[in-house]
Amino acid sequence: MSDWDIKISSHKGGFNLNLREVAKYKDLLFLLVKRDFISIYKQTILGPLWFFIQPIFQTVIFGIIFGQLAKLAPSDVPQPVFFMSGIVLWQYFSDCLFKTSETFITNQHVFGKVYFPRLITPLSIIVSALLKLGVQLMLFLVVFLVYFLFADSHGLEPNWTIILVPFYILMAAGISMGLGLIVTSYTTKYRDLKFLIQFGIQLLMYYSTVIMSVKLVEQKPAFGGYMDYVMFNPMSPIIEAMRHAFIGEKGGVFEPLFLLYSLGFMLVVLLIGIAVFNKTEKDFVDTV
Amino acid sequence: MTKIALKISKVSKLYRLGEIGTGTLGGDLKRWWSKVRGKEDPFAKVGEENDRTNDSNAQFVYALKDIDFEVPEGQVVGIIGRNGAGKSTLLKLLSRVTTPSDGEILANGRIASLLEVGTGFHPELTGRENLYLNGAILGMSKAEINSKLDEIVEFSGCKKYLDTPVKRYSSGMKVRLGFAVAAHLDPELLIVDEVLAVGDAEFQKKCIGKMQDVAGTGRTVLFVSHNMSSIRNLCERVIVLDMGKMIFDGDVEEGINHYLSLNSSEGGVSFKKNYSLNNKRFVSEISINENQGGVIEYLNNDIEIQVGLKINEELTGAYLGIIVEDGQGNFLIVSSSDEMENDPVARLSKGNHQLKISFSKRILKPGKYYLSFSLRNNSGEIYHRTQRELCFYVEDNLSYRGMKNRYRTVALTGVDVQYAIVE
Repeated sequence: MSDWDIKISSHKGGFNLNLREVAKYKDLLFLLVKRDFISIYKQTILGPLWFFIQPIFQTVIFGIIFGQLAKLAPSDVPQPVFFMSGIVLWQYFSDCLFKTSETFITNQHVFGKVYFPRLITPLSIIVSALLKLGVQLMLFLVVFLVYFLFADSHGLEPNWTIILVPFYILMAAGISMGLGLIVTSYTTKYRDLKFLIQFGIQLLMYYSTVIMSVKLVEQKPAFGGYMDYVMFNPMSPIIEAMRHAFIGEKGGVFEPLFLLYSLGFMLVVLLIGIAVFNKTEKDFVDTV
Repeated sequence: MTKIALKISKVSKLYRLGEIGTGTLGGDLKRWWSKVRGKEDPFAKVGEENDRTNDSNAQFVYALKDIDFEVPEGQVVGIIGRNGAGKSTLLKLLSRVTTPSDGEILANGRIASLLEVGTGFHPELTGRENLYLNGAILGMSKAEINSKLDEIVEFSGCKKYLDTPVKRYSSGMKVRLGFAVAAHLDPELLIVDEVLAVGDAEFQKKCIGKMQDVAGTGRTVLFVSHNMSSIRNLCERVIVLDMGKMIFDGDVEEGINHYLSLNSSEGGVSFKKNYSLNNKRFVSEISINENQGGVIEYLNNDIEIQVGLKINEELTGAYLGIIVEDGQGNFLIVSSSDEMENDPVARLSKGNHQLKISFSKRILKPGKYYLSFSLRNNSGEIYHRTQRELCFYVEDNLSYRGMKNRYRTVALTGVDVQYAIVE
């Protein structure tokens, strides 16, 4: 009788990703995603159209402020394509980070009553956000095609790196989830992090390439070497590569080394995040 | 030998009292500094037992201490104890919501815990959508829910409302739907907290029936309740927890008696009380004492209440009144001593007196009652008055397994009717 199915003890265990259990609950993952999708737009008139409105407005505003006034975007490519590619990806990143960082706090009631692998919840957030991203990418593709097919392609030079776009999205998902898991694990004890993350994400956007073309900025005399600096934000290489895929050289930098840095960052953060999260989930109910 | 379904060995759970952190920055720093030097936490006072009525300075408290038992497969075990005895903590540990501070719990098969029904219901989703979601949260796969869908819907009795958002449901309907899902979980080990307390009588009956079914198919059930009749109905073994410790493990009736005897000393419902009085001219002390503690067994003696009085000056024209109310506030007995021909209270000489008040408890059905009493003078002066301060239980010690006894609890009174063949 030594082989027990379930063992509950005080030992928190070492590094344990607990992925096998997560796989058992894949139906729950699916249902949570469905719940998110259905519940967000119930009793709204425009429904999922809201997915479009947000990036459109942001693109317009960014175009005016950062494109026309600050002149941070290349003038020889269509600016809606330039800004929207960054905005859509960044929005996904910030959605995921913000929501996963609240996992324990918003779900404490359910977590306090029933056991299931808690990792399901952040995963469902990532997937739900992915659906939203998918819809927004459609919008982006429409905008892109309008510029590309009509009016002589407008200097857009899509290239083979487009096939890497799914990987860029996965990397954004991984980084935001990893960071979110770490933050949510510590917010069970210290609520300070909640406030930090709220404006932290916003600040981080300005310390990324969402609002500018890094190549253009570097050419300004006061900003030499700015590229290395802004690329420390692991989202910057991803956004740059995304723009490169659709716009070409003028849109963004495609630099494998930078991307490898983002990938490494993602792996480290994700592993630490899951480990810390799994450790916290066991008795966070007592401290939350 | 039957297989062991659940083994709990030396499980303890420590909780920190008060705020996390010492409350001051200085205290937190001191604690941190001693931790850095590898010293003991200067603020920790570990090891007090969990008695919530005692005010103590301890920072930690054992919600559970050295719980140790095994449950063979197919047994239905009732867990009873007063509020704060550690029942919920034990259930939380078993349902893996939190981890023990010490010890180990081993189990075979799927554990399903119903600490609450309808966990994770989303108000915007329809009944059907929530049914799937709730089932998945409890650990069912989608295929499993699909195959049981009809049964679940049938059991819940919410068929008509299945495609209506749950936010439009009545609270009873939510509970029905939630329990219906949970009842069809078919786990090897089912843990039930007092979810049956909600829902109407018909649904409660359904739930008890379902749990009996589950128990009948060889599943192991742990059942926490304050309702002794459902414990009697369902369980074959009872574990009594008190102040975080296991104080009884074994036969159901014995366990229930053990538990009920605990109530007599529970703060707030104690029957031993000394009152300080405002006007000490005549009466300087009143104490009240009930022999059997707060629990009165149904078929034993009459209810007796003893009142001690210390009289400073001879007192004439006083009378004693009592009111017995049930839990809903209905007055069942209203009486005063001057109704008697020779009121023993009418003339009280100087000194100590013990008065005995008694009435037949046969008129009270099982349940909880409140007693108020007052000592007054017919000139209108009130020496002392209590209102619903004293509480006692009348417990039916008959076995509940007959139809008769179920009716007994719903009857208005407990008067025994005599039957005899006269011809």
